[in-house]
Formats: sequence, structure tokens, C-alpha cells
Amino acid sequence: MSAAADSASSSVRGSLALNVMRLRTFIALFAVLIFFAFAAPNFLHTANLVLMSKHVALNAFLAIGMTFVIITGGIDLSVGSIVGLCGMVAGGLILHGVDLRNGYTLFFNVPEIFVIILVLGVLVGLVNGLLVTWLNVAPFIATLGTLYVARGAALLISDGATFPNLEGSPALGTTGYAFLGSGYVFDPHLPVAVCLLIVVALGAAYLARWTPIGRHIFAVGGNERAAALSGVRVNRVKLFVYMFSGFCAAIVGLIISSELLAAHPATGQSFELNAIAAAVLGGTSMSGGRGTIGGTIIGAFVIGILSDGLVMMGVSEFWQMVIKGVVIIAAVVVDQAQRKLQQRVALQQMAQLA
Amino acid sequence: MTAAAAQDESDVVLRLEGVTKVYSGTVAVKQADFAVRRGAVSVLVGENGAGKSTLVKMIAGVEGPTAGRILLDGQPVVFFDTADAMAHGIGMVFQEMNLFGNLSVAENVFASREIVRHGRIDHAEQERQTAALMERLQTSVNPRAMVEDLMIGQQQLVEIAKAVARNARILIMDEPTSALSAPEVEILFRVIADLKAKGVAIVYISHRLEELMRIGDYITVLRDGRVTGSMPMAEIDLHWIVRQMIGSDAKDFSTPGDHKFGGEALRAEDVCLARVTGGFAVDHVSLTVRAGEIVGMYGLMGAGRSEFLECVIGRHSHSTGRIFVEGKPVRERDVGGRIERGLALIPEDRQRDGLVPILSVAENLTLASLKKLAKVFHISASREAEEVRREVRDLSIKVADPALPVSSLSGGNQQKVVIGKALMTAPKVLLMDEPSRGIDIGAKGDVFRIMRRLAAQGIGILFVTSDLEEVLALSDRVAVMSRGRLTALFDRADATEAKVVAASSIGHGPTEADKHKELSA
Repeated sequence: MSAAADSASSSVRGSLALNVMRLRTFIALFAVLIFFAFAAPNFLHTANLVLMSKHVALNAFLAIGMTFVIITGGIDLSVGSIVGLCGMVAGGLILHGVDLRNGYTLFFNVPEIFVIILVLGVLVGLVNGLLVTWLNVAPFIATLGTLYVARGAALLISDGATFPNLEGSPALGTTGYAFLGSGYVFDPHLPVAVCLLIVVALGAAYLARWTPIGRHIFAVGGNERAAALSGVRVNRVKLFVYMFSGFCAAIVGLIISSELLAAHPATGQSFELNAIAAAVLGGTSMSGGRGTIGGTIIGAFVIGILSDGLVMMGVSEFWQMVIKGVVIIAAVVVDQAQRKLQQRVALQQMAQLA
Repeated sequence: MTAAAAQDESDVVLRLEGVTKVYSGTVAVKQADFAVRRGAVSVLVGENGAGKSTLVKMIAGVEGPTAGRILLDGQPVVFFDTADAMAHGIGMVFQEMNLFGNLSVAENVFASREIVRHGRIDHAEQERQTAALMERLQTSVNPRAMVEDLMIGQQQLVEIAKAVARNARILIMDEPTSALSAPEVEILFRVIADLKAKGVAIVYISHRLEELMRIGDYITVLRDGRVTGSMPMAEIDLHWIVRQMIGSDAKDFSTPGDHKFGGEALRAEDVCLARVTGGFAVDHVSLTVRAGEIVGMYGLMGAGRSEFLECVIGRHSHSTGRIFVEGKPVRERDVGGRIERGLALIPEDRQRDGLVPILSVAENLTLASLKKLAKVFHISASREAEEVRREVRDLSIKVADPALPVSSLSGGNQQKVVIGKALMTAPKVLLMDEPSRGIDIGAKGDVFRIMRRLAAQGIGILFVTSDLEEVLALSDRVAVMSRGRLTALFDRADATEAKVVAASSIGHGPTEADKHKELSA
């Protein structure tokens, strides 16, 4: 009798611990928020929160694309370089247009440039996807290759120089580029970039939950052979996730160059690592099949708030890196512990049923 | 008689007494007695899942028995692991090959007991000894060749060489001939005779009854984990083996309905699948299945049955041949397209090919039919839930909540989920690969009933099985494959155990026709 009560209470304790672990990213988010609210002056000022959300948005876009790729069991290392390349191409189009080599130069207006850049991002993603599917290159290597190629291409466009002053000229109809990076939807509290993030995040979450392609992404990551034998077009699914990741990276390239009104070819270096970190922190499993968009967004917020808060506290950049690394490792350790506990609780429940 | 029996006893080197092995929930071996004799071949025979492999794994120290004891030279022993068993002179050739493809033949043969001189591996000596072994096995495999570059048959010989090299007193061979060609089998038999003469005790497992009759000295038959018969080979015949294997306790196959067959549901013409190592895995197979008909496909392991089903569903892009569903040619080359045309496959290995373990029961059920459930691109939650409920009810899947991960179900219920997934695509032809493998007896009965019901609803069913009783009881027609070819096709009335078994071993063993073929090849 007491043994039964014992095992019941231990299983209650187990499921309590399990719930705490399931909500760990939330808990981490509130922990950093509360900590910095006390430790960093002005942390909860509206202006600061708006600024932080803009910083977080950049990483969150990349992390959303990365989440889908990781769920299929792949990885996309090229997103940072796509950011740089897209910014440079956008800057080049605004400043110099396209030389048609017949004495004329073609200039595009800003909405057209947005479309062109987004298509460019998708195309680089398509290259990644084709390498992974058709040519059977391991995702790590394929996207490592495009990382270098895209970065090199970004540097070649301007010979390594920065494109400054992207205000555009009224005569050419290229003005208004700053809107994306520094505009506000409901002046002055909701930046356009954050608004766009909400739209993309909701879209991605909808895709994951309510569409066949979303379900297929999880199936491919969970068991590629079984997915293929169930009629899932595995290659198409993979092409899609890399193209979507490229699309997200192109958005970030546009936002950064628009915000600074300048395009620098080195922009976006090591962004891919932040994106992977945000996805993993949000509970995405590197072995595929598991992950949520909501978790990834929270993960991006934890990383973003952590780095901004540490800066405000005046912690040295070197210590920031150490702390970020420790947080990521801790997240994965907790993730593994949760899996084990979950299995144990499930077995206990089965044993109790039997 | 008593003198002979006493003589018999003195030859026994290893004896299992009342050995039982329980895996989480299932009893693989029950109260089995088994004796291994010096200088003789003791064969073990039984259907898939009868417990043969589990039994020999206990002898080789891979697993420990749950109950009962093992006597070596009359003394009780406990093996902690394979190395421990090896130290007692017990070697094993495993069914699934345990070779390192990225190492050379010599390195494989001496894996874990490398010849070391001055702290370094003496490759020259290893290669010299390996070459001598290969000579003994009458094969020309280069000791320095990478194992992954060898043909499957040669790899099997390396596996055997590995065991022979250890000078085992007791050598266990689990289906050593499944990948060997007829001449290679002859070589193996000569090696076995040679070892026997040296006093080595051999335990031999095979599905090929003729082979067993030829080289066995003692035979032990297993059924559902129990020993049903143990005799000197000289005193028994093929019928005795089959009788012991099948037994008399009836499984629940449910009664066939008396519905009429419809028109042709599936026609496969000239289906071929080339093997990477040469030859054909599926060799010009043509077959038809009518609507409402259950066609059973019998054959030994590696006969090409699973591969044939995979060709039909479109898994192998390089397969050739023509497929027709309801008389119309199927031009789609990919699995998705063929599922839309009304074909569906229930794969043999549901863990590997059938299920996505981390998704829920509901998500697994609807995985193949999402397009039907979605309006443009939106999956309707209510419709999905309704379809899932219907399928769970129809197949009586025991699950508390369809949102639970599919990996939390028992084997039988997992199999029903795989069947449900295929049925949700509304197939005209259902291809089932070993639908009753690895599930308990009650779930087997359920699966058979489901098959009957689907046939009565007009679905054409083509199922593969290695269970003789099952193929005879369930099928309206029996197709038999051997070595990639369709060797026989019987109507229910004509099919007998003997005929089916005979057809399944055509092309095995050195028949006249075969010798002729090899000469001309």
C-alpha cells in the first residue's frame, strides 16, 4: 500500500518536473527578463524594449527558416552569407541600377527591389536544396560551400567596399528604402520589422500545424524512409525548407541594409550560429523531427535579451560569449534530461495501467 | 540400444536444460532442451520467430537465459558476453553479418585479437594467415581487399573464415548459406565436413530443408519457442520436419467469405530489378491480382518477394517492367504517384519503413492521405479527427488518445496503424509484406480478419509471408518465388505444403538445370 502510494507520488513528482522542463524556454525567458529588470537600469523602458525587439527580430527570422531545415534533419550554414549578399545586391540596385550596356541603366523602385531580393534569397536556397537532394551532398557541406560562395559574391559586387547612403534619388524613383528598417506601423511603438516578423512567424506556425507540407516536414525528419513509402515527395520537401530559409535570410538582408541605409559585404557573419542556437534553445532537435516555431521565437528572445541586457550591464564582450555558450549547452542538457524523464514517466504509466 | 544411447551421451559437449528467454513481454524460448554433439552437425529448424536465433544467441553468450542452465562438458557455465563464450571455445557466424566494411579482409578476420609485435599490428603475419584460411575455404579473396568491395557471398565466406580462424570447439552457423551461390554452398559443406572430422561440434540453422537433410546428423525443431521434436537425422524424413514445424494448434485465420472476385485489380508484367552485385533480385516476374482476391506469396529469405512489392509501389527507380491497375497502365514512377493510382504498401519492417515514431498515432494514420484531407492547403482538423476516429474504430486500434506518440503502442497496434495509413488512401490494391510478423497471436487474428474483410470489400490483396501455414490458410492463390523468379502459382485447391516448399527451393542446391545454367553463364 505504502509502496503504491510511494510510486504514485514519485510519478506525480516526475510529471511536475516534466512540466517544468517542458516550459523551460518560457522559464528561461522570464528569468532573464526579471533579472535584467533589476540588474540593468532603463531595461524596461519602452524605447529599450522596442530596440531590443528589433535586434531579436533579425535573429528570429533566420531561426524560423533554420527550424524547418533542422526539423528535416538538415542544417543551413549559408543564411548569414545570404544576408550579406542580399544587402549588397539591394544596395547596388539602388545606387547603380543595372547597366544594360547600351548606354542605358535600369533602375527599379523600392517594391520591385524587395521582390528581386526575396527571389534572390529563394534562389540561393534552391541551390542549397538541389545540392542536398539531386547531388546528395551532406547538408552541412553543401551549405558550407554556399556560405563561402555567397560571401565571396557579396564582396565581389563592390570589391569589398560599403555601399553608403541608400536614400535613393527622387529623380530615379528609388526613394523610401529606409521604411523597412526604421519605419513604424503604429507610430512610434511597433517597428515595421517586428510587425513583419509577427506575420512571418504566424505564417510559419500555420504552415507547420495546418498544411500537408508542414506535416511532411516533420515526417521527413522523423523517418525519411517511412515518409517516402507513404508517398511524401521527400526531395520537394527538402527543396522547400532550404528555399524558405533563403527567403527568411533575404528579409534580414533587406532589413539590415534598410535600417543602416548602407550595405556592407561582411554583414551577417556568424548569424547562422545565432539562428541555430535560437532554434536549439527553443527545443528543436538536431536529429530532426522535433521543433516548434513558437519555441524558436522564444529561444531567439532569450538569446537577444541576454546579449542586450549584458551589454547594458556593462559586461565585457568576452564574458558575453562565455555566458551565451553556457546557456546553449545547458538548454541541450535539460532537453536530454527531459527526454529521459518523459520516457520513464511513460513507462511508469504503462506499468500502472497493466 | 542402451549402449548406443550411452555412447551418444558421451559425445555431448554442450547441453541446454530447460532454458527460457523472456524479452519485455514476449517469451522467445520456453523450457527448451538442446544438445550439441562432438564431431556432428546439430541442426535447428523452425519458422520465423520460432526462437532459433534466440536459442543460439544464448549459447554464444550474446544473451543470458532468463531461466534454465547451460552445461559445458557436464559443468554448468554462465557466459557474460561473446568474448567469454569464445574463451570457452564457442564461435558463431551471425545471420546478419558483423563485418567492418571499411577494413580489409585480414583486419576483419583478426578484429579484436590482432597479432601484435613490438606494440604494432603485424599486418604481414595477419595477411599470411588469412590467405591460408582463404585457401582452406577454396576462395580467391585477397586478404588486403576492403570487405565493402566484396560480393555478398564472399563477405559471407569472410564471416565464416572469422569463426573458423578462432579454432572454435563449437561453431554456430545462423543461416550461413542465405547469400551463397550453389558452388559456394558446396565449398561450405566441404569445410563443414572437414571441421566435423576434426571433432568440432557444429550448430547449423537454415530454412532450406533439403540442405538440412543433407548435412545434418541431429535435428531439433522449434515452434513458438518450444522444442517440438529432437531426433537423429537418419530416423526422420521431410514430412516429419514439416509436421513438427507447423504443429496442430490452429491459429485463428478466420473463415474465408464466399464473395465473388471482380475484374483484374493489379497486373504486373515482366518486373525486373537488377542487383548491384550482379544478377537480378527480381527476375522477370509477372502476376495478376483480381479485385477481392487474396494472393499469398511464399518463398525463402532473399527470394525477392519484398523487392517485387517494392518495385510495384515504385520504391526502386531503376526497376523495369509494366504495372497496370484496373487495366490501365501506371506510368507514375514515384511512390506518391502510385499511391494516387490506388496502390498501397504495408512494409515488412514497420519501425524502419512504416512509422514515424515521434509523430502521433493520428499524424501517422493520415500521413499518406493529407492531400485528400486538405482543402487547397488547409488541413481540416475536424475532418482529420473524424477520419482518424473511424479508422481507429474499424481496425480496433487500442489507443487511449490518438494524439499519443505511435511508439507508445504495442507491436500489433502499431501494425494496425500502418495498415490504417494505407487504407486511408482508399487503395484498390494492397501490398502487404509480412503483415503478421512480430505481433502477438491475438493481433495476428485481427490482422487476418481485416485482410478478409478488405478482400470482401473488393480490394485486391497481395501479401508476402514466410509462414507456410499462413500462406496456405489465407490465400485464394499461392505464388511462390525463388531466387528472384516466380517459380509456381497454385490455386487454393492445388496448393499443398510439399508443392509449395518444393517450388520455393527451385534454383537452390545443385540441380541439373542449375549446373547447366552456370556452365552457359
